[in-house]
Amino acid sequence: MIGAVELGLIYAVMALGVYLTFRILDFPDLTVDGSFTTGGATAAILIVGGVNPVLATAAGGAAGLVAGTITGLLHTKGGINPLLAGILTQVGLYSINLRIMDGANVPLLRYDTLLTPLRDNDLLGTAASIGIFAALVLAIKVVMDWFLNTDLGLAVQATGDNQGMIRSFGVSTHATKILGLALSNGLVALCGALIAQYQGFADISMGIGLIIAGLASVILGQALIPPRIVVIATFAVILGSILYRVAIQIALQVGLDPNDMKLVSAVLVVLALVLPKWSVLRRVPSIRSIRRSAAVEPTAGDR
Amino acid sequence: MLDLTSVSKTFFAGTVNERRALTDVSLSLAPAEFTTVIGSNGAGKSTLLNLVAGALLPDSGTIGIDGADVTRLPDHRRAAYIGRVFQDPMAGTATTMTIEENLSIALARGRGRGLRMGVTRAKRAFFEAELASLELGLERRLKTVVGLLSGGQRQALSLLMATFSEPKILLLDEHTAALDPSRAELVTRLTSEAVERHHLTTLMVTHNMDQALRLGTRLIMMHEGRIVVDVAGEQKQRATVADLLGAFEKVKGAGFDDRTLLQ
Repeated sequence: MIGAVELGLIYAVMALGVYLTFRILDFPDLTVDGSFTTGGATAAILIVGGVNPVLATAAGGAAGLVAGTITGLLHTKGGINPLLAGILTQVGLYSINLRIMDGANVPLLRYDTLLTPLRDNDLLGTAASIGIFAALVLAIKVVMDWFLNTDLGLAVQATGDNQGMIRSFGVSTHATKILGLALSNGLVALCGALIAQYQGFADISMGIGLIIAGLASVILGQALIPPRIVVIATFAVILGSILYRVAIQIALQVGLDPNDMKLVSAVLVVLALVLPKWSVLRRVPSIRSIRRSAAVEPTAGDR
Repeated sequence: MLDLTSVSKTFFAGTVNERRALTDVSLSLAPAEFTTVIGSNGAGKSTLLNLVAGALLPDSGTIGIDGADVTRLPDHRRAAYIGRVFQDPMAGTATTMTIEENLSIALARGRGRGLRMGVTRAKRAFFEAELASLELGLERRLKTVVGLLSGGQRQALSLLMATFSEPKILLLDEHTAALDPSRAELVTRLTSEAVERHHLTTLMVTHNMDQALRLGTRLIMMHEGRIVVDVAGEQKQRATVADLLGAFEKVKGAGFDDRTLLQ
């Protein structure tokens, strides 16, 4: 179970990225499945090539920034629907990821990674490792909270709320969307880089279906803590990520097949999206808040 | 302050739905001139406003603001010069964000947005003073999400956001039309106060002839994409709704006569 909490904390970095696009920008970004692997692949191949693991991890995150920028450009300058723009980048990244790794996977077990000190001292799966991962995630959360409350961050928030309004105050919504997508995918790829080191390999399929895990974390967290302000919403996302991994762990322990986990995740997200629309449940306040946070239809009237 | 020269705009050009929205419109507003625009549906009032705001680009003609040619600038680049209040009270604010966040966004109009904190203590004090001038008690609700405000409160807030950074031009697009009469009256009063206080060059579209006569220093009437009546000063102060209706009938009648003559 401690392992599940650890995983939840690391995956929270990805969930924060998903929160940035889905909730803040109101942009259902499917780049995630590809950019996560890109982050893992970039970090892994650099570590194998002898690069310092800190630099390799940072490079993984940077690769995600580029991936997000491409989706942003496809959508804004190319006028492509948000879902399709994300899928196009994701599919393109599949080939790029194979090129980066020069194959379908890169094992890291014999190399020094960011996690080697923890692993060598038998700290993985203990309170100490949880403390370290929690500190890392909280640091990212604090930076994100700060950014979203700057002048620029407020403009990004307003872009997801009311594009006509923010343009009328002199902000290019193209620029804010590209920025938001880049930062989001940067976080997702950073998470991919960390996960590759945690599990000891990068693999072409490591990002498949990840967007559902991200969404589930965001929805789950915000159902438990109704988000009023950014500081609380980001905290809820982290909590949601941990709970999601714990739920998966419990499902495995009661004997569900690991191969069924993607289906279980998908069904969970569908339930979270559909249940609040049933009139009987609509009166329950905490469920109403899920419904608000689960409104993921792409907005029309994009210019 | 605002100069439109021979501006024309046609929608769906070259199709069966072709519609000439504006034909060769020239209009020049002096600094601090408050002009109301009336006309029937499809007269080109909204097109005129959208062309000034940059939401639409003209087919021909030029648009200048304070001597600068802005004809080809997209709307967000023109926003440094232009404050705008929309008809829909939802349109001018970000509903999931707080009052103080909305005001911070508005205060940074047209300036570069960097990594300084959006809401600071100094700004908050300024916002409180400005909100107090609306006399709606909003100065005590800085952290309230705008979505919780009523339509009238929201429109008053939109008006403040459009005016307090003192843009060169203020565009009002039937901004009281969606409000109940008492709230419309309030927003109308706040509008004239704000325009007076900041000496804003204003272009206000309205359906309400009475409002068009009461407010402002100049009045133009549009019909079929042209400016057909343009009165200012003394003449405008003396004009009545009956005068406007008379002028409108004359314009419409003239059009009709032309067509009958052609047959």
